[in-house]
Amino acid sequence: MSTEITNDVLLDMHRRMVRIRIFEETAGKMMENGKIPGALHLYVGQEAIAAGVMVHLSNEDYITSTHRGHGHLIAKGGEFNYMFAELYGKATGYCKGKGGSMHISNLELGMLGANGIVGGGPPIAMGAAFSCRFRKTKNVAVAFFGDGASNEGAFHEAANMAGLYKLPCVFVCENNGYGEYTPQANHQAIVDVADRAPGYGMPGVIVDGMDAVAVYEAAGEAIKRARDGGGPTLLECKTYRYYDHVGVRGMGLSYRTDEEVEQWKQKDPIMNFEAHLAEQGVLSADAAAAVHSEVRQEVDEGITFAESSPPPEPAAVTEDVYA
Amino acid sequence: MAEPQTKPRELSYVAAIAEAVRTVMAEQPEAFVAGEDVADAGGVYGYYHGILQEFGADRVFDTPISEEGIVGLGVGAAATGCRPIIDVMFMDFMGECMDEIANQLAKMRYMFGGRATLPVTILSMAGAGASLAAQHSQSLEAWICHLPGLKVVMASTPYDAKGLIISAARDDNPVIVVLNKMSLAMTGEVPEEPYTIPIGEANILRSGSNYTIIAFGRMVHEALAAAKQLEPLGVDAEVIDLRSLQPFDGAAVMRSVKKTHRALIVHEAVRFGGFGGEIAAQIQELAFDYLDAPVARVGAPFSPVPFSPALEMHYVPNAERIVAEAKQQLGL
Repeated sequence: MSTEITNDVLLDMHRRMVRIRIFEETAGKMMENGKIPGALHLYVGQEAIAAGVMVHLSNEDYITSTHRGHGHLIAKGGEFNYMFAELYGKATGYCKGKGGSMHISNLELGMLGANGIVGGGPPIAMGAAFSCRFRKTKNVAVAFFGDGASNEGAFHEAANMAGLYKLPCVFVCENNGYGEYTPQANHQAIVDVADRAPGYGMPGVIVDGMDAVAVYEAAGEAIKRARDGGGPTLLECKTYRYYDHVGVRGMGLSYRTDEEVEQWKQKDPIMNFEAHLAEQGVLSADAAAAVHSEVRQEVDEGITFAESSPPPEPAAVTEDVYA
Repeated sequence: MAEPQTKPRELSYVAAIAEAVRTVMAEQPEAFVAGEDVADAGGVYGYYHGILQEFGADRVFDTPISEEGIVGLGVGAAATGCRPIIDVMFMDFMGECMDEIANQLAKMRYMFGGRATLPVTILSMAGAGASLAAQHSQSLEAWICHLPGLKVVMASTPYDAKGLIISAARDDNPVIVVLNKMSLAMTGEVPEEPYTIPIGEANILRSGSNYTIIAFGRMVHEALAAAKQLEPLGVDAEVIDLRSLQPFDGAAVMRSVKKTHRALIVHEAVRFGGFGGEIAAQIQELAFDYLDAPVARVGAPFSPVPFSPALEMHYVPNAERIVAEAKQQLGL
């Protein structure tokens, strides 16, 4: 573990990860029991990436997310009340119940939306990065996307343009080994998505996406380069999703083995991080438990807020189409 | 002392586009122009000529041939405070960027519960008649009119080209301005000062008493020619240039049809599934009792745009076909 990271940052990343984990586990349950309509793509397992990247960003820095986007918004500062309300389809949600899980967003936090289109985010992040420079700010834009999205033309067009214009943009590939239900080996000829970076004139960096500190350090370097005018980076984080592409089943899936899941869980980003923090004397087991307990409380309040919120009025169907 | 009488200034369609872009760039510091060959080359049809020199490389720049990336750049920049003017060289290329147009640009505001504003202006060139064949000639406005969240306008004259582009750029919504490559050289009166054309208001170009021709884009001129040819047959045609398809000025159309009792719609796009079908449906919904004849439609045949001039001349609707359709409709 780097000595450059302050305890505050470590604790901050820890809380962000715990917030994601407990939010997602709860949201999954609420979808299972029919309270949350539609489909959820849970971020559980990938928390270290959102946390390790987002601690470097302010609300004036932008991100684009994916269909697996709750974790990104949480790590960017999303409030559970409005997030749960959105997932419940309530008028009080971040998007007034019009976006739901796959389009959850908050521009005030610089979060340009989860995106139901695989590869939908990178061109928008590239545009936001252009905007940061055009408006003469020192802000950056980060595009989160998966190994699956790295096969979409949208990613390649965005990466080429970001490289060409040396935009303050960071492409964070969360390589969880599967494009929906298809293992990476069956959807691309390469093992490391980072190999694609040189084709766009940017460095490609591979990092252990289960290790928040490793992500923090690599993302910090990439974001600093972007802020300093050094152009984009493709940061590939090797990770794993504990649950299915969609929904809450984790085990007994036809396209992957339970053994594989168990192996990845040994690298759990929160469990191992907490052990490390305890060892370093940064966060005791009791203190970690207290964080979990506080977050559970926050989740409970969010659920209560969502369940007691009104649904949108029928007339809202055709509102917000135009400015 | 009285000002000396001067003739109104005439400008070509292409020069009117250029003047509109310059106007917008001058009045909006958040505006920039991005697209293929828009900077150094001044655009394939020349309507960005001189914009780079006037506004500089930070605000006018060439992009790779990456339509999805270009429109995505516009979406991301607009959502974060810019007012992009995006050039999609040929409307046919919208297939390349349709995800950005249909799923991102059109929907972001709604998906975000009204908490995003996307003032993007897209300029794109449609139109057959130049032997550019199936992939550089289409009129695909029906594709984009089907997408809530977008506004769609079509400029038939130099005056409208300038006014509609300025209106589009001042609008806080995404507006797609469909231009016509066969109209580039046409000239017309264009005031030097900035002016706007309200998006959503049709333009009655010719007043008539017993027939309504609804047209848009370049077909407006064919409709006017047809109206003249119909005159000796006792058909006094009103010609409406919709100018804006989304929103669509249904009120203007209904007012006219209720007066004339007979209507024909003409567009350059393929007739089947074209925007004319929507207009015809609305007329029968809202003015059925006023109709003395079924609503007629003229559009391109159900085929891709052919290359050979010998074929293309039979493909693109014209005044003769409008007249023939009207005569059949009216039993003349």
